[in-house]
Amino acid sequence: MSIYALIVLLPLIGAFIAGFFGRSIGDRASQIVTCAGMAGALILSIMVFVQVALGGDAFTIRLFTWVISGDFVVDWALRFDTLTAVMLIVVNGVSTMVHVYSIGYMSHDDAKPRFMAYLSLFTFFMLMLVTADNLLQLFFGWEGVGLASYLLIGFWYHKDSANAAAMKAFIVNRVGDVGFALGIMAIFFLFGTVSFDEIFARAPEMVGQQFSFIGIEADALTIAAILLFIGAMGKSAQFMLHTWLPDAMEGPTPVSALIHAATMVTAGVFLVCRMSPLFEYAPLALDIVAFVGATTAIFAATVGLTQFDIKRVIAYSTCSQLGYMFFAAGVSAYGAAMFHLFTHAFFKALLFLGAGAVIHAMSDEQDMRKMGGIWKKIPITYAMMWIGSLALAGVPFFAGMYSKDIVIEAAYAAHSTIGQYAFWMGVIAAFLTAFYSWRLIIMTFHGKPRASAEVMSHIHESPNVMLIPLYVLAVGAVFSGYLGYGYFVGDEREAFWGASLFVLNDTIEAAHHVPLWVKLLPIVVGLVGIGFAYVCYMFFPIIPAISSSLFGPIYRFFYNKWYFDELYDRIFVKPSLYLGFGFWKAGDGNLIDGVGPDGVAGLTKDLSGWVSRLQSGYLYHYAFVMLVGVVIFITWYLLTLAG
Amino acid sequence: MTATWPLLSLVTFLPLVGALFILMIRGDAEVEARNAKAVALWTSLITFALSLLIWVNFDYTTADFQMVEKVDWMPEWGLSYHMGVDGISMFFVLLSTLLTPICVLASWESVKDRVKEYMIAFLVLETFMVGMFCALDIVLFYIFFEGVLIPMFLIIGVWGGPRRVYAAFKFFLYTLLGSVLMLLAILAMAWQANSTDIPTLLTTTFPTAVQYWLWLAFFASFAVKVPMWPVHTWLPDAHVEAPTAGSVILAGVLLKMGGYGFIRFSVPMMPEASDFFTPFVFTLSVVAVIYTSLVALAQQDMKKLIAYSSVAHMGFVTMGVFTVTQQGMEGAIFQMLSHGIVSAALFLCVGVVYDRLHTREIERYGGLVNTMPKYAIVFMVFTLASVGLPGTAGFVGEFLTLLGAFQVNTWVALLAASGMVLGAAYMLWLYRRIVFGVITKDDVRAMKDMNVREIAIFAPLVVLTLWMGIYPATFLDVMAVSVENLIGNYQTALDAATGGVTTALK
Repeated sequence: MSIYALIVLLPLIGAFIAGFFGRSIGDRASQIVTCAGMAGALILSIMVFVQVALGGDAFTIRLFTWVISGDFVVDWALRFDTLTAVMLIVVNGVSTMVHVYSIGYMSHDDAKPRFMAYLSLFTFFMLMLVTADNLLQLFFGWEGVGLASYLLIGFWYHKDSANAAAMKAFIVNRVGDVGFALGIMAIFFLFGTVSFDEIFARAPEMVGQQFSFIGIEADALTIAAILLFIGAMGKSAQFMLHTWLPDAMEGPTPVSALIHAATMVTAGVFLVCRMSPLFEYAPLALDIVAFVGATTAIFAATVGLTQFDIKRVIAYSTCSQLGYMFFAAGVSAYGAAMFHLFTHAFFKALLFLGAGAVIHAMSDEQDMRKMGGIWKKIPITYAMMWIGSLALAGVPFFAGMYSKDIVIEAAYAAHSTIGQYAFWMGVIAAFLTAFYSWRLIIMTFHGKPRASAEVMSHIHESPNVMLIPLYVLAVGAVFSGYLGYGYFVGDEREAFWGASLFVLNDTIEAAHHVPLWVKLLPIVVGLVGIGFAYVCYMFFPIIPAISSSLFGPIYRFFYNKWYFDELYDRIFVKPSLYLGFGFWKAGDGNLIDGVGPDGVAGLTKDLSGWVSRLQSGYLYHYAFVMLVGVVIFITWYLLTLAG
Repeated sequence: MTATWPLLSLVTFLPLVGALFILMIRGDAEVEARNAKAVALWTSLITFALSLLIWVNFDYTTADFQMVEKVDWMPEWGLSYHMGVDGISMFFVLLSTLLTPICVLASWESVKDRVKEYMIAFLVLETFMVGMFCALDIVLFYIFFEGVLIPMFLIIGVWGGPRRVYAAFKFFLYTLLGSVLMLLAILAMAWQANSTDIPTLLTTTFPTAVQYWLWLAFFASFAVKVPMWPVHTWLPDAHVEAPTAGSVILAGVLLKMGGYGFIRFSVPMMPEASDFFTPFVFTLSVVAVIYTSLVALAQQDMKKLIAYSSVAHMGFVTMGVFTVTQQGMEGAIFQMLSHGIVSAALFLCVGVVYDRLHTREIERYGGLVNTMPKYAIVFMVFTLASVGLPGTAGFVGEFLTLLGAFQVNTWVALLAASGMVLGAAYMLWLYRRIVFGVITKDDVRAMKDMNVREIAIFAPLVVLTLWMGIYPATFLDVMAVSVENLIGNYQTALDAATGGVTTALK
């Protein structure tokens, strides 16, 4: 069993070797070491999946104590249950592909070992996150992936915009992390432990218990669950804490595929599913999860419609799809949420890596307005983008259809107001998703070439080292839905998930019995969306221009991402700097020093005289005043007591 | 195995012996400087090795003072030379003995004049620091506590920057008031308890009304040392003017005197007053965290920025201490130790670039990663530790103090937790401005990466930072029993004061 600890350790070893000895062993050796480490981790992950998820044999490896302070006892331990096993396949599968792809993608970069080291380091933290046996270790992985994301977004550190985006990602995530940390504290306060097994066992006892948090007297489990969810919102770029994700596209594209599509951003969904035994007893928290998820799904889709940067379109799409996963979890359909997480990892990584191949071919151009007319030149990439988009749009028999449909059906089947809201938002977002996906394909590949002749002459299909990962992911984007359906949400789901998910009301069962129109609607709107995109961008390209001027204010609102960046800049960033400067100059300078040391000095007639006397003998002064103090004190004592 | 020889006194006074040796060194200036450095380094290294024996011999199972030495000193005054360590003070001794050789090494090339006196000052400083953490007689403690300031004044005043006089003067004014009041309080306590023995004072119950006054007097002294808001303004100036090694000791050890004082004296000896003033301390702590973090955002001087970050980090310490919970208290001690390592290392990081470019202005740098990759890695490690990333030393203390605060007051925990965001903002921004980007200035391009000596200085600090983050149990185990005992006594005292009414926390 303990051999499986290597799943976590191999990427760390790879990162260590490539990071510290990359210069001495060379680029090629660094790439081989990290890729080999990942391949090893992937093979072991498949073995775990077979044993744990298919065989139903969950286990935990205890390593050693981490923190021990009074009752607060936390171990380093690796937990392998079905939920973890699914994440292991996703993380190590996509990560291995991205490692291999990066060999080609980064071939012109002169810091290859550092890039490979960061990728492997990220994978290590992500694996610590998904194998965590307690909340604190999960937090370790959580912050660790945040660090790796920061390092990778800012990988091209000579770019100022990349550095800014990296900082923004870390800091916005930290806002969520404050919620997460407080959630851990609340759980420790309530349960006296942060270990999953103990929390889950005792969650039912806590139902109805009240707890006062910052003066708000409310249901204890609800408060704890909401605090944890705030953390999930940050990491998974949910509405209001999403602003870092589009900027994160400053990083190299393999990073976007791995971290900002397939793995790290899904950590929030994983957290909610992992804590399902807690969330199930906090219905209000679940409603909030569903509401935020549904709102993000529609919000991000509206923004995605209007963007011109190919990676940003996919980034908003990711944000939107994460919203689907959350509202699935919010209506207790955790299996559906994990199913969508699973299929999404393949097709979204495929889309990103495909976009990377386009960018690579177009001499690092990312603006779709400067693309077009290239599909004949890079047919394989074009085909891969089609497969990814078909899966994303939920076209029948591609992976996305299976998972997205069950998510939307579950929302309908929840028979609650929030469920209805999520259902309709999900349907509309499905239409928008199909529309912007084909907008992307048509703008990027079809029409007249809009790039310079210089760029056009260099367009070439990517090397095999980049294409093979695309093929592998394409297989996943086509078949993962069909193959996974039975296990994740179908008849075998109870045996498959075992104890790793917990539900009180089985929404997924109800989802299988929704009316036919509910089942067909997402598919229909998806197909209509594709058709509409063809009409608008292929056949009558005048339509987008007319509509964007006709609906000017709305268009600008969407195009400017609902003005969140401007809003936050005005209410958080600028005031912080202003306050900081004010506290420094007025607070410390004028008030504290003015009344304190400088004021005291000012009382003496001649400051310079004071200072020079001080210079000559301030130690003496110091001793003298101490002595005077003693004398006064003793005198007073004698007077009052002896007298 | 218990040491039969006076280990604590050896560790305390060996540096003084080294200082005497240096005093006797004669020769031309260059030889003199070289020999002084060599003696200082070897003395401090041997002292550190000896101090490790304290850890080896330490008994984890008892809250009593250990390795105790007691000799009558001035029996007519009831004074004794009384030394000992417990789980609270033990690591502070090691922190002092660890940082001293690092300071000597860090000054190896940057200090050019009066090298002999400089080394003497550091060795004397070490004696006072170690003595202060070991002293079990309150008058002895006071002597060491105040004595520490003398070499520190000299280090800032003689080897400091252009505004060193102003900085020393400010430091002096702040400290003065606190010191006098604390001395009065000490005398009052001695009078009341008829003893200056700390273990005796720990078991003495002072009348409630007296406790308030004693508490305030001690507070005046300790709050300045921590420093707590609003008596922190001496710190940025002192740091800016102090030579690198001076900043290292100031941030690494001297700031811990205040926190140690609260844990050793205020909380256990004046429990009712501590309980009464807890909201006051919480308020100042939370203000310190938020206010100084914001001020740190606005800084243009590297050292000032790190100095302000120190005030914010020490805000977690004072908050943790006054939660009087196991996690809060242990978190506070741990936070002091980790801050001792991390902020010391950050000041050393400033020193590395200051030695090359002779400016601390952030805008003068930029793009160092291109020419100084090793430096970039080291600086990154300590930046992240300062930010409190899990897996580094900074996380454990911060999290445990917040965990303690959460159990007592969720508002305090929430507001202090905002420091997690602000801390990331100012540290990552600092790092970005100094290390990332492209090099635009020729003198920056000419900067050389760290040499072997510098790497040797940082290596142990990097190891410790990760060790404390990944396996903090090593350190928490040592303090567990002592802290538990302290909290138990505190609760008993409070219960007794409220007429036996048990106030359950949960």
